[in-house]
Amino acid sequence: MSKKIGVYVCHCGGNISDTVDVEDVAKYAEKQGDVVVVRSISHMCSEEGQKAILNDIKEEGLDKVVVSACSPQFHGPTFRKVVEKAGLNPAMVEMANIREQSAWPHFNDKKAATEKAKRLTKAAIDDIRDREPVVPEKMKIGRNVLVIGAGIAGIQASLDLADSGFNVYLVEKKPAIGGHMAQLSRTFPTNDCASCILSPKMADVVEHPNIHLYTYSEIESIDGTIGNFTAKIKQKPTYVDPSRCTACASCTEVCPTLVSDENNEGLSLRKAIYLPSRIAVPHSYVLDEDACLGLQPIACGKCVDACEANAINYEQKPKHITVKADTIIVATGYDIFDAKRKPQYGYGRYTNVINALEMERMIVEAAEGEPLRPFGKKIAFIQCVGSRDITVGNPYCSRICCMYATKLSMLLKGMIPDADVTVFYTDLRSFGKGYEEYYKRAQEMGVRYIRGRPGELHENPKNKKIKMKVEDTLTREIIDDEYDLVVLSVGLEPSKGTKEIAQMLKIPQSSDRFLQEAHPKFRPVDTAIDGVFIAGTAQGPKDIPDTVAQAGAAAARAIRMMNKGEFVMDPVKAFVHEDLCEGCGDCVSACPVEAISMAGPLAEINSAVCKGCGSCISSCPTEAIDLRLFSNTGLRDEINGVLDGKQEGENRVVLFADDMCTYRLADGVGTAKMEYSSDVYIIRVPSSSRVTPKFILEAFERGADAVFLGECEGPVSPYPDTATPIQKNISVAKRVLEKAGIEPDRIVFSQFVTVMYKGFVSKVNNLAALSKEYGNIPEEKRKGLLKLLEEVEG
Amino acid sequence: MTKVIKVKKRNREFLLKTEEMSGEHITMCEQCGICTTSCPMAEDMDISPASIIHLVQIGDESVLDSTAIWLCASCYTCTVRCPRGIDLAAITEALRQQTLRKSIDYIDLKSLDREELEELPAIALVSALRKYTS
Repeated sequence: MSKKIGVYVCHCGGNISDTVDVEDVAKYAEKQGDVVVVRSISHMCSEEGQKAILNDIKEEGLDKVVVSACSPQFHGPTFRKVVEKAGLNPAMVEMANIREQSAWPHFNDKKAATEKAKRLTKAAIDDIRDREPVVPEKMKIGRNVLVIGAGIAGIQASLDLADSGFNVYLVEKKPAIGGHMAQLSRTFPTNDCASCILSPKMADVVEHPNIHLYTYSEIESIDGTIGNFTAKIKQKPTYVDPSRCTACASCTEVCPTLVSDENNEGLSLRKAIYLPSRIAVPHSYVLDEDACLGLQPIACGKCVDACEANAINYEQKPKHITVKADTIIVATGYDIFDAKRKPQYGYGRYTNVINALEMERMIVEAAEGEPLRPFGKKIAFIQCVGSRDITVGNPYCSRICCMYATKLSMLLKGMIPDADVTVFYTDLRSFGKGYEEYYKRAQEMGVRYIRGRPGELHENPKNKKIKMKVEDTLTREIIDDEYDLVVLSVGLEPSKGTKEIAQMLKIPQSSDRFLQEAHPKFRPVDTAIDGVFIAGTAQGPKDIPDTVAQAGAAAARAIRMMNKGEFVMDPVKAFVHEDLCEGCGDCVSACPVEAISMAGPLAEINSAVCKGCGSCISSCPTEAIDLRLFSNTGLRDEINGVLDGKQEGENRVVLFADDMCTYRLADGVGTAKMEYSSDVYIIRVPSSSRVTPKFILEAFERGADAVFLGECEGPVSPYPDTATPIQKNISVAKRVLEKAGIEPDRIVFSQFVTVMYKGFVSKVNNLAALSKEYGNIPEEKRKGLLKLLEEVEG
Repeated sequence: MTKVIKVKKRNREFLLKTEEMSGEHITMCEQCGICTTSCPMAEDMDISPASIIHLVQIGDESVLDSTAIWLCASCYTCTVRCPRGIDLAAITEALRQQTLRKSIDYIDLKSLDREELEELPAIALVSALRKYTS
């Protein structure tokens, strides 16, 4: 069959063409075998670019397409759709990532970037030349959704899903739903009361026939994939039957134990048996087993005696519930920054230094006539505590603190007519609809805004007032004053639960540790895991309007996936070349998910179970196991492609990057314009366990000076254990190098998560520098490597 | 009178030179002022630590004439607290070096009598001697 390959080089409107000589890359592509069309176009992803491909497939009869542009993580799906529209199999397009891997990280060296772009393009052409069409399998998908977290995000997503006729399992860690919003006084920029607008929604959740609510419950494990998730939930005992509890409070009145009340951020005390809050939903008392004197009538039992409804039962045990879900929405929210981590502000040591959430509670309780503590008259807010601060590892802006400080200042001015309120800010951000007007209103009310960030606070030992010096950075004067109360406007961090669920579901986290969306602009609520969506502050700091919008979007994306009733599976699966398989069965134990069996004479692979890591490939002595889209021939061709035209004295490092972590990390490093050695060439693989000793040694034979294998760190990897087979493969390859008299440390293995930007750069640079120092491997040494491998393995 | 700053090539060179000498990205400073109120010497300085950085950002060489850069005790509190991770102590040192490297105004050690040598603070002597090596 004759092959006709079309190559399209993208300028990306200067993003690529400012560094890479795209015309030179196009000319180079023309010289490659089977290439019949080459074009360089300003934006390949635009209609113009897509049309060019469509036309060429029709007019020129192309059967394969290579797009030299950005990362396939970005526009891979775009171009697969284009070739599909023209009647080709979607596997018939390959992208060469000359933006994230060349133009951006090597922006300082146009020549090197252009040369690398050529090789990357060649590798893509060679890879696709012999590729077979791939038809992905389909599977059925039901209409059940697991929503994790019942703050405003989880509540909104659940209601949208339930109203659309989907079955929702809503899981909340705390005994009552509503999250942080249920603790707030009022909401900016309208100043409507938070609990008043939230309460009706919370009631809807409880009453909705399609929502199964599990409060006081934690997710113990989640297994499976889209259409087939299984979550194990542990519901802790509240020792009170909510269907009987009338919330009469007689139990609380007799309870002898007092502990700190978390709903008031520890500013007040509660009993061991308590109502989580005034607006708690479900509106039922809860017995805190850690605080209770003994959970038996002998120890105390006063509440049981006092309860006329007979709602209290000390015998209650934890419930274990298993839920089957087709999709998951993660709405696990935030924790506020612990201000004790900035000891110079004295939070936790000075009585009159509090955080903003405590101020919220003080205002709520004061309005209810039960003030938690004195306000004083002279009040200062300090902005950006735990945000925009690399000394605590949070370089990001928490987005809501400017407006909540403005809100609290206004409320204080309203409550205490002669209050003197000052907000000490670094930059004031009032970006949302109506926010700038809100800020103006606060200024009209006399809230003072001073631009400056104090270094440290001190308590006046006599009157407990807080002494503070701030440079007014606009007048350059130091303001030295005493305040009755200093409020720290603490930032947001991903909650403990967010981090736990991220590990459980293997959702990648961005460098700020919040959950990473699949695409920052076009897939803002999807994750890298099919069928798992994110909403609210688990994804990043945001205000209530944005959270509600995002929750609705997450529900819509989940509905979009389930509504069709079927789902197209990931096409990357292992398969057996039956003509090569000898039926030895070595692969069965190599598979980490037990997808391979030896029912018949040959190995059989269950595609529904197979995760497509490729760990099995190294176990096969005859290369009979292969991977769709990342085939043995394709990988071999790519290795040849990136090593093509290598001159004596040139240094080249082949980096096999797993798709989930290392490849995305390299994209991130490129996007951040962090430079690394242009000697490093990246080849994308589903997992580096797919790279057998033979491939590593072939790379050396073909002239590679070093080989780097990158893989996900265990907890975030989409595959069970791939590090062990990789280590095994590497030790075989190193033994061969040693035998051949080649430095074995030319092979490096490292595990990454997508945030290790600096680690990635230093590790690949170190290897590139090392192999440069060692120099090229003499031809007589490297040409016999595969023979030596046979000896070592034999 | 309000000071008018005219941006000249020379201004940029001064910024780049100070960045190179200190190894710090001075343009990254967001002027929050946390350095000023962390500085034990700020109240004795003619311009605040945050102002020092600001003047370098705009390339105003008059910062070299300030007393502030000589009052810096190199205690590093500003460096530790800077939310953008800028090493201010390294920048003030780079500014001091720029004056020192002009190699003017040496102390003639021989002219100091014994009494003066005994009374002078050790740090002042060391600083004075550094001029010979900068």
